Amino acid sequence: MKHKTPLLDQLESGPWPSFVSDIKREAESRTKNAKGVDYQIPVDVCDDILGVLELTYVHKRTHWKHGGIVGVFGYGGGVIGRYCDQPEMFPGVAHFHTMRVNQPGGKYYSTEYLEKICDLWERRGSGITNMHGSTGDIILLGTHTPQLEEIFYELTHDIGQDLGGSGSNLRTPSDCLGKSRCEYACYDTQALCFDLTNEYQDYLHRPAFPYKFKFKFDGCPNCCVASIARADMSFIGTWKDDIRIDQKAVAAYVGGEIKPNAGAHSGRDWGAFDIQKEVIGLCPTGCMAWDGKKLTIDNPECTRCMHCINVMPRALKIGKETGISILVGAKAPILDGAQMGSLLIPFISAEPPYTEIKELIEKIWDYWMEEGKNRERLGELIKRKGFQKLLEATELEPVAQMVKEPRTNPYIFWKEDEVEGGFTRDIQEYRKYHLR
Amino acid sequence: MPTVEFKGKTFNVDEDGFIDDFNGWSREWVDYVKESEGISELTEEHWKVIDILQDYYKKNGIAPMVRILSKVTGFKLKYIYELFPSGPGKGACKMAGLPKPTGCV
Repeated sequence: MKHKTPLLDQLESGPWPSFVSDIKREAESRTKNAKGVDYQIPVDVCDDILGVLELTYVHKRTHWKHGGIVGVFGYGGGVIGRYCDQPEMFPGVAHFHTMRVNQPGGKYYSTEYLEKICDLWERRGSGITNMHGSTGDIILLGTHTPQLEEIFYELTHDIGQDLGGSGSNLRTPSDCLGKSRCEYACYDTQALCFDLTNEYQDYLHRPAFPYKFKFKFDGCPNCCVASIARADMSFIGTWKDDIRIDQKAVAAYVGGEIKPNAGAHSGRDWGAFDIQKEVIGLCPTGCMAWDGKKLTIDNPECTRCMHCINVMPRALKIGKETGISILVGAKAPILDGAQMGSLLIPFISAEPPYTEIKELIEKIWDYWMEEGKNRERLGELIKRKGFQKLLEATELEPVAQMVKEPRTNPYIFWKEDEVEGGFTRDIQEYRKYHLR
Repeated sequence: MPTVEFKGKTFNVDEDGFIDDFNGWSREWVDYVKESEGISELTEEHWKVIDILQDYYKKNGIAPMVRILSKVTGFKLKYIYELFPSGPGKGACKMAGLPKPTGCV
């Protein structure tokens, strides 16, 4: 290796796959170059990335310069520019830009596709990736500025693949794997994710918003892509009718023939399955009953938390009248505190061409693009202007489901036309009845 | 910081090709940068965007939001990309001599 890395070397021990060993292997492969690749950035980029990381471990400070503005023509985002602050010591990573590549729904791949990406990245980049970024993108980690257009050309012309989003725009949408291999999926998450990604390409590639905006699509309230916490607009599958009960399968769970939670707790002895204790007694609304033979659910009282279905997946199924709940405003702490999504639409149908959903999205964007301050997330705009203003912008009627509890303070605004006589009053008129 | 000499003027630039000092800007800078930003000839409309960015920056100390740039110039975002292929931030702001955009980009 080009640099000594005693601290990083310690991370090669232990059972978990070591990123240090992996990068060293890639460094070695580049040095040998058995395939005779015509490397377009320094051969020793992987050596230098380990070198600069080792220095970071010693100094306990980052060695990347502030910011970086690079990209490809036509787009305002997709590439995160980065420059090392010790370029002479580590010339291989003097430039170390990251390219975001829009991943397929559910992150299903063919080897052929991944090999094409790898061949491209081996030649024009560092050979290091992140599979995947938290937002969902395939992350190609580390290349130099002159390669950006070259990579973009090959991605689009040879692989049929576009970049992902960055900056104050619609970021790359992502989804749980949905109906592809989950019996809980209430709508086709991948289809909706793909449809909206294509529909809003302009918003994804050319920053036009006050700040970033994210979509995420979860097939059910288990939220396997964590949309409620990590998307400005979360689409969470649900249903309207009754949970389907297979009483025979329930009996099989009670009789111990089927493992609860599909065997998720098999690593420890929790005793025999006790339906009363593990399902009925844990139901948040207490809407279930078990008389020793038959399981009943008072569906109007069910909040569709998924617990009973999660415990007995072979006996209980989601309803047939399925759709989506839409929540808005989730964000990380900066600036005014973390938020999770707040319920805006309790139920909306999720059938292509998704016209109703698109109308709602565009109403929200119109409002936020007009009213949002510079670098103000949707969640913060809702806090600043009030949830009510969002309802007006989206032409929605307020319903009880939109609040966890009614307000406790009495600082209530009325609109002038709701108040008899309006707000314009004459003090002299008042004085006629009330002397000073 | 590397320096660039062009038509008798000297500019200090960073890795991304932004000049370090708004006051060091001159029309020669725009001429020098245009090619790397995918622009062959500057039209009146290019200058309109540049002038507006500079006025806004002088008055407010920041670059305008995209929405405001569109409103003031009357150019839709799509047209701004036609004028400046790398967009209002990397393209127009760089040519106008404004500081490099920061934040989560």
